[in-house]
Amino acid sequence: MKEAQKEKAVRGLLYVTVGLSIVILPIIVVWVIANGVGAISLGFLTGRPYRFEYGGIFPQIMGSIYLVSLCTLFGAPLGIASAIYLSEYASDNVVTRTVRFFTETLAGMPSIVIGLFGLEFLVYYLKLKTSLLAGAISLSFMMLPWTIRASEEAINVVPKEYREASLAMGATKWQTILRVVLPAAIPGIMTGVLLGMGKAIGETAVVWLTAGSGLEAFVPRTLKSPTGSLPMYIYLIATQGHTAEGLQNAFGASLVLLVMFLAMSVSALFIRNHYLRRLGS
Amino acid sequence: MSNTYMINGDAAAFSPRLALDKVVFKGFNLWYGDNHVLKDIDIAIKSNVVTAFMGPSGCGKSTLLRSIDRMNDIIPSCKTEGDVYIDGRNIYEPDEDVYELRKTVGMVFQKPNPFPMSIYDNIAYGPRLHKMASGEGLDKIVEESLRGAVLWDEVKDRLQENAFGLSGGQQQRVCIARALSINPDIILMDEPCSALDPIATIKIEALMRELKDKYTVVLVTHNLQQAARVSEMTAFMYIGEIIEFGATSDVFENPQNELTENYITGRFG
Ligand SMILES: Nc1ncnc2c1ncn2[C@@H]1O[C@H](COP(=O)(O)OP(=O)(O)OP(=O)(O)O)[C@@H](O)[C@H]1O
Ligand SMILES: [Mg+2]
Repeated sequence: MKEAQKEKAVRGLLYVTVGLSIVILPIIVVWVIANGVGAISLGFLTGRPYRFEYGGIFPQIMGSIYLVSLCTLFGAPLGIASAIYLSEYASDNVVTRTVRFFTETLAGMPSIVIGLFGLEFLVYYLKLKTSLLAGAISLSFMMLPWTIRASEEAINVVPKEYREASLAMGATKWQTILRVVLPAAIPGIMTGVLLGMGKAIGETAVVWLTAGSGLEAFVPRTLKSPTGSLPMYIYLIATQGHTAEGLQNAFGASLVLLVMFLAMSVSALFIRNHYLRRLGS
Repeated sequence: MSNTYMINGDAAAFSPRLALDKVVFKGFNLWYGDNHVLKDIDIAIKSNVVTAFMGPSGCGKSTLLRSIDRMNDIIPSCKTEGDVYIDGRNIYEPDEDVYELRKTVGMVFQKPNPFPMSIYDNIAYGPRLHKMASGEGLDKIVEESLRGAVLWDEVKDRLQENAFGLSGGQQQRVCIARALSINPDIILMDEPCSALDPIATIKIEALMRELKDKYTVVLVTHNLQQAARVSEMTAFMYIGEIIEFGATSDVFENPQNELTENYITGRFG
């Protein structure tokens, strides 16, 4: 009887913990929507910030979009190329094992460290200034290991039977990669890239050190322009704002950021499901 | 490359002894690492007949088959010694162009493995790769290849649909059509029916008998009845060696080696 009671207690405890972990994220989402929806207006979305916490967030929205797009432009091709090399060409030796070890441990490296490197190397040493370019390159460092890993995984799950069939038709290895392996892997790669973009768009420390002060009143015009972004805006207004309107604007910006993030995650999910159905598995 | 022997041939009246030697192994050895998988293979495979490789699992049938289009080159630990001649040319010479070689040798695998593309794109894959045709010329190759694999009537209205929507037997015929699309003269089949149901198997077997009019067909099979039904020549392999090779009827009715006899009578497996 006593053991049975213990069993019951353990079950109860597990239910509570599972329940908590399931509801906590939806609660945050609802909470952000509830607090932020009041800030959303056409003026807020299309205006520029003034007197610190007043006005709109258009330059920040565009800044985030520019930063993430440019970061993807750098990070995705580099990551995909590295993954192709690692999974298709590199033999298993000390060098490739080291590269793999680094990509695995560098995914999730504290972003402030990447930010500091971006600041010292890109901003000061290469004289890129705190700018769109410096921010995007630094973000792509952060994104790279994720892209490599996701692409490598996507390439590795392409059945070897496809490769054999292609090689048996007289295709070279590269032709096989280009015409069979990559088309089959691209949905998986895109899923990885979109998830990486989701990480990049929410990143604060890196853009803080490399992209701009956060409250820029203008959409960046050149690669060397300082660039504001939503996470920086939220950080500044939430910590240093003085008024209720300021706090509401921080929530409004969070809501916009959340929507952009969800758009990426949902597309990633959609592509993955669609792709699995198409593969017939 | 046309062959004078069997162009209008009547299979029943055909004697394999008259056919040309198409693929000739001479003192061929193959290792995967330290594993000596093929030992001193000497065998002459004739054109325009179906030659079957039989033998217990792991004896090296697939490896022998894949040596004919050098598909073993893909495996890094693979080493070879000795020669294989196709139409008198040694394909293991260092200057052999394996990509050209594989164009002349079609391969059909155990598990149907169409690409995750439309039926049309599957068949057009090779011709596009080798820039053989485009537009209407390509349509024609696709149609002819599908007709060659006796699949055209079943799929002609759904060429743009994904090949995965087809049944297993149809998928395997897509793979056969894909192999035919680049106009090979040899077709290698590695247990092409083992993943199929009996009805699909009958269709593929009938197809094999038809294919030998135009192609040299080499078949690996576990199924003794299948070897008896479709092949003119049979090789029996055991642990990397060819124990017996001859006309299928001779090998089945009058085996010279005790191992062959045991295998055929089902006394080991
Ligand atoms: N890629 C490989 N790497 C290392 N060894 C291999 C590889 N492929 C096959 N072998 C080995 O070579 C030997 C012959 O294998 P093979 O596949 O040719 O046999 P098989 O007669 O086709 O067998 P089955 O009837 O099971 O298909 C086996 O001992 C097998 O373990
Ligand atoms: Mg085999």
